[in-house]
Amino acid sequence: MTILRNTLYVTTPDAYLRLEGETVCVMIEDEKRLQVPLHHLSAFVLFDHVMLSPALLGRCAQDGRSVVWLNRSGKFSARLEGPVSGNILLRQAQFRAAEDGAQTLSIARAVLAGKLRNSRQVLMRGARETDDAGDKEVLVRTAKLIGNQVRKLPLAGDLDTLRGLEGDSARLYFESLPRVMKPQARADFPFDNRNRRPPRDRFNALISFLYALVLSDCRAALETVGLDPQLGFLHAVRPGRPALALDLLEEFRAPVADRLALTLINRGQLSAGDFDEREGGAVLLNDKGRKTVIAAYQTRKQEEITHPVLKQSVPVGLLPHGQARLLARYLRQDVAHYVPYLHR
Amino acid sequence: MDDVLQIPLSALNQYAYCPRRCYLIHAEGEFRDNVHTVKGTLEHERVDESESRGQGAVRVEYALPVWSDALGLSGRCDVVEFHADGTIYPVEYKHGKRKQWDNDDLQLAAQALCLEEMTGKPVTRGAIFHQQSKRRREVAITEDLKQAVHDAANSVRALLSGGRLPPALVGQEARRCGECSLHTVCEPELTGAGQTLNRLAETLFEPEEDLP
Repeated sequence: MTILRNTLYVTTPDAYLRLEGETVCVMIEDEKRLQVPLHHLSAFVLFDHVMLSPALLGRCAQDGRSVVWLNRSGKFSARLEGPVSGNILLRQAQFRAAEDGAQTLSIARAVLAGKLRNSRQVLMRGARETDDAGDKEVLVRTAKLIGNQVRKLPLAGDLDTLRGLEGDSARLYFESLPRVMKPQARADFPFDNRNRRPPRDRFNALISFLYALVLSDCRAALETVGLDPQLGFLHAVRPGRPALALDLLEEFRAPVADRLALTLINRGQLSAGDFDEREGGAVLLNDKGRKTVIAAYQTRKQEEITHPVLKQSVPVGLLPHGQARLLARYLRQDVAHYVPYLHR
Repeated sequence: MDDVLQIPLSALNQYAYCPRRCYLIHAEGEFRDNVHTVKGTLEHERVDESESRGQGAVRVEYALPVWSDALGLSGRCDVVEFHADGTIYPVEYKHGKRKQWDNDDLQLAAQALCLEEMTGKPVTRGAIFHQQSKRRREVAITEDLKQAVHDAANSVRALLSGGRLPPALVGQEARRCGECSLHTVCEPELTGAGQTLNRLAETLFEPEEDLP
């Protein structure tokens, strides 16, 4: 169990959460393990078999507290929804923008510029920190190539061209990313490309899990602001797919998830023993590994950084929220541009 | 009247305080409590407790629903005194100790106009009761104030049907933002961040060359 500001994460299987007065009690095997005032919490993230009492569920629905269930690998499985609230005018604006080719393209471009520039920052930080001249050269070269891709984004006249630039950049990025890893860790975490469903190496298993955590936060941020997480701009609409949350995730993949994965590996906080290999080649984080990753993610979310637009100190955990709000403002024509999160 | 947007009396008050706050609450359905609004609600609950009770020659109605079809307004009065001599006297409860913005007078005048239309009798005076100082401040419902209500009702109607969030307060006016409960939703800093946004948008596809 971890509380980040106002989100309670419960990872213990068969935990039972119930309302006691104005507090939430976390029961594990009939023993009260935690009691938190409800007003300290605005969201619950529950893994696997965690149960909530009907009274607590009702209260959360009534107060608009977010309750999200994720499966063992962090994949979204369900959420509690109270009365539909929020802003119909905002949702109308979102739907109009999604129908408008030029606006769709402009948002998709901005999102991708954020993604590519932030991946580039991860490579450049790796280049600054490495002692190996060969690694440094490759990382700098790739950063330059991705920089060139960024400059091509405004020229891309349709979404397919944009996605092509994105695909090329992602390939370049993942080919070079192992060089940000400490040499002694590379044997345990060999990878040179992105693979998923299921991940086939430890690094991919790790970033898949982290992406799922960040995606869940992006989705919650969009819903809090009143945007529909299913209607995206870069990502096409498909039933059951949180396309807009996936759009928003793009800006945070490299600086939040990939960077944290590399730190966990470079500091030796994760090792081969934190992963299970399944017959046939799928690789997944095991229980011990998951706990380490969630704890590290929580810590990371509490770190304060200076927001490039607001120029205020904000915790990393609230960045998706800030971007969701900026997007909402842009869609409602309150500000002139949607600017993605640009990591420094 | 079907197509006329009914305006809550409280929207006039919000509008006088800040058009953006009025829009966020009444068009975008945003509301956040802060210490001021919670205090206000608790005090209103106390006022609203009993529906009416006699006070000698004065009959007092609490939480009285009022409206004006002519102006397209509706809302509730905290207290309306009906005196034996026929005087109708609305009293609006505010938790602050003194008026800081003239939005309270506007709200009271709007209540007076509603009461005039409903009863057919003139309502020439009312009061703001300040909870903190326990003092009444009497307000004359002047022609100027009535005109201000007409103007405000028209402005609010145009604002709420226009579908466009007004900009945040700037300059001296912006000192109201500090104690506004919608601060985190409104983010006046963000609308003020226009230059930063423009600069970032202009250079978005030009990544800096700070390669190591």
